[in-house]
Amino acid sequence: MPVFIINRLFQAFGVILVMSVLVFVGLYLIGDPTSMLVSPEATEIERQALRKALGLDQSIWVQYLTFLGNAAQGDFGRSFLTGQPALQLIIERMPATVELVIVAMTFSVLVGVPLGILAGLRPKAPSSKAIMTGSILGFSLPNFWIGLMLIMLFAVYLGVLPASARGETVNVGPVALSILTIDGWQHLALPALTLGLAKAALMIRVTRAATREVLPMDYIKFARAKGLRPSRILNVHLLKNILIPIITVAGLEFGQAIAFAVVTESVFSWPGMGKLLIDSIITLDRPVVVAYLIMMVFFLVILNLVVDILYMAIDPSAREKVRD
Amino acid sequence: MDVSSMQATATARQEPLLSIKGLKTHFATRAGVVKAVDGVDIELGRGEILGLVGESGSGKSITGFSILGLIDPPGRIVDGSIDYDGLDLVSMDEEARRQLRGNDIAMIFQDPSMTLNPVLRIDTQLIETVQAHAEISAAEARQRARDTLVQVGIPSPDERLKAYPYELSGGMRQRIAIAIALINKPKLIIADEPTTALDVSIQGQIIYEVKQLCRKTGTALIWITHDLAVVAGLADRISVMYAGRIVETGTSADVIERPLHPYTQGLINSVPSHATRGHRLHQIKGMTPSLLNLPQGCAFRERCERATPECLVAPEPTLLPGGRSARCWNPAL
Ligand SMILES: Nc1ncnc2c1ncn2[C@@H]1O[C@H](COP(=O)(O)OP(=O)(O)OP(=O)(O)O)[C@@H](O)[C@H]1O
Ligand code: SF4
Ligand SMILES: [Mg+2]
Repeated sequence: MPVFIINRLFQAFGVILVMSVLVFVGLYLIGDPTSMLVSPEATEIERQALRKALGLDQSIWVQYLTFLGNAAQGDFGRSFLTGQPALQLIIERMPATVELVIVAMTFSVLVGVPLGILAGLRPKAPSSKAIMTGSILGFSLPNFWIGLMLIMLFAVYLGVLPASARGETVNVGPVALSILTIDGWQHLALPALTLGLAKAALMIRVTRAATREVLPMDYIKFARAKGLRPSRILNVHLLKNILIPIITVAGLEFGQAIAFAVVTESVFSWPGMGKLLIDSIITLDRPVVVAYLIMMVFFLVILNLVVDILYMAIDPSAREKVRD
Repeated sequence: MDVSSMQATATARQEPLLSIKGLKTHFATRAGVVKAVDGVDIELGRGEILGLVGESGSGKSITGFSILGLIDPPGRIVDGSIDYDGLDLVSMDEEARRQLRGNDIAMIFQDPSMTLNPVLRIDTQLIETVQAHAEISAAEARQRARDTLVQVGIPSPDERLKAYPYELSGGMRQRIAIAIALINKPKLIIADEPTTALDVSIQGQIIYEVKQLCRKTGTALIWITHDLAVVAGLADRISVMYAGRIVETGTSADVIERPLHPYTQGLINSVPSHATRGHRLHQIKGMTPSLLNLPQGCAFRERCERATPECLVAPEPTLLPGGRSARCWNPAL
């Protein structure tokens, strides 16, 4: 088992190296961040001074190597804009995103898996067709549009839920959380629903497909021939087998959502990492963008490991394969 | 006198355990109605072993699943009765049927690599079978699981209990499936070609063991197979099935040594034996007809060497001397 973890980490380093080069060159080609940072009346001498201070007077490759050297020591540079360490900026924003995504994913699993099983058990029933139509809608409507419609309905028309920001938060150690206050939940509701609906649509499809694949299996018929109660066949024999694809997809979607909840966060001005990433790209704040993407690669690799370990907990024959 | 009443006098010795009359299980498909089982009569005494023989697609499995009430749409039992120990299985409600399944009537499937749930341990799969039918503690159910594994001749049962199906060989998995079938001491076991997927030596072993177990416990057995040779030494009686109907029933010795129905004769002549060594094996001419497109009258007519004009009308099961029955206008008497 450790061998495959080490392999994964090596792959992650490879990805990080390639990606950081691309981001460096990409942002370099887009433009000069100093023009964003100084006032329009600034003299050329002032600009030069700023470039020198930020290290932007060096060639791109020197800048890159300097960055690599610092990164190896855990220093990912400071934001051009605020001067704060990039890593710290990201970590400050992390709880907002994680909290949003966890609520959204929980919603999507709690809604999507039961509906998907229902649709898979009786594919021809009108209720199943309704579920699948809903899923296709949730799947194909753009996220921002769902968000805007929800804002229109709940914030503008009914006026019952706020449309932006995090609301009241409570600090647990250094981490500020919305889910501990009623006001926080009210603020969380619409963005989490927006993100959660799209994910639920996907979970429905995955669960339904898996259910339809498992149901005709001999072992389900054998379970019936043993005289097991329908609830046991459903909750143990079926569920344990469809859990494998469900966990795989839910894990990947969770990662996607954490790393790129950009659209939802922008629509609802949710002060999470996705919003930070967009703002930093617009201001060409390279250290923040690079540090962000590196962190996300790490995060996704770790998440994949966790999914694999869960996978092994469920599928006994997967354990064997890893041992070999 | 009709067949069933004559049989009733013949077997007046005892109420049968299972009595199927005129069973029809049809599948409404887009291409038409598939009459997979189309008028099957089976009578089985307590502790009796019946071999149900027929080629692929003749309706053997569907007959077995009909008894257990495991026919899924588009299939449906459209006619006939299944009487088990005084209970009418066809009209019985689903919960009552569930309580019989795996408890009174158990089934063993054909492919042992598919019948055990891949993500559940062997002990779970045994224990749940006990607990589905009795309020019994897990510890007690576990003990019973272990005892049953010993009974079916599984070495180191404690290790096997903790294993997952993928860790076991095909033969071992089928033994586990047999243990699951036996664990609640059923009165009837339906074994649907349980040895076809196994290699020959294990096949013989398992057949021998199952026969011993059934004899010892007085369990009745329906052994489904396409191979007459397999049931020859196993069954008390044999029913031969063709295109959804039973064409001949009799004691094993009678059916094998003096087959009445041309189809049974064809089957026996195509089995290699000492007598036929060196000669060309006699194959039944023609192809198995599609169930959607059966010939008029006797379904075997177009392949039959003894067909006569009468055969354009479907023959009914007829009781013949020696307590045997056949569905044929011109049985080989
Ligand atoms: N779900 C279904 N829909 C339509 N036809 C079906 C269905 N299930 C079974 N049949 C038909 O019923 C007939 C009998 O099938 P059955 O499985 O009982 O055959 P069998 O005698 O057990 O054959 P084998 O030796 O191959 O197992 C087959 O011709 C098959 O085409
Ligand atoms: S009824 Fe006629 S066609 Fe059918 S098996 Fe008998 S002789 Fe042959
Ligand atoms: Mg079959």
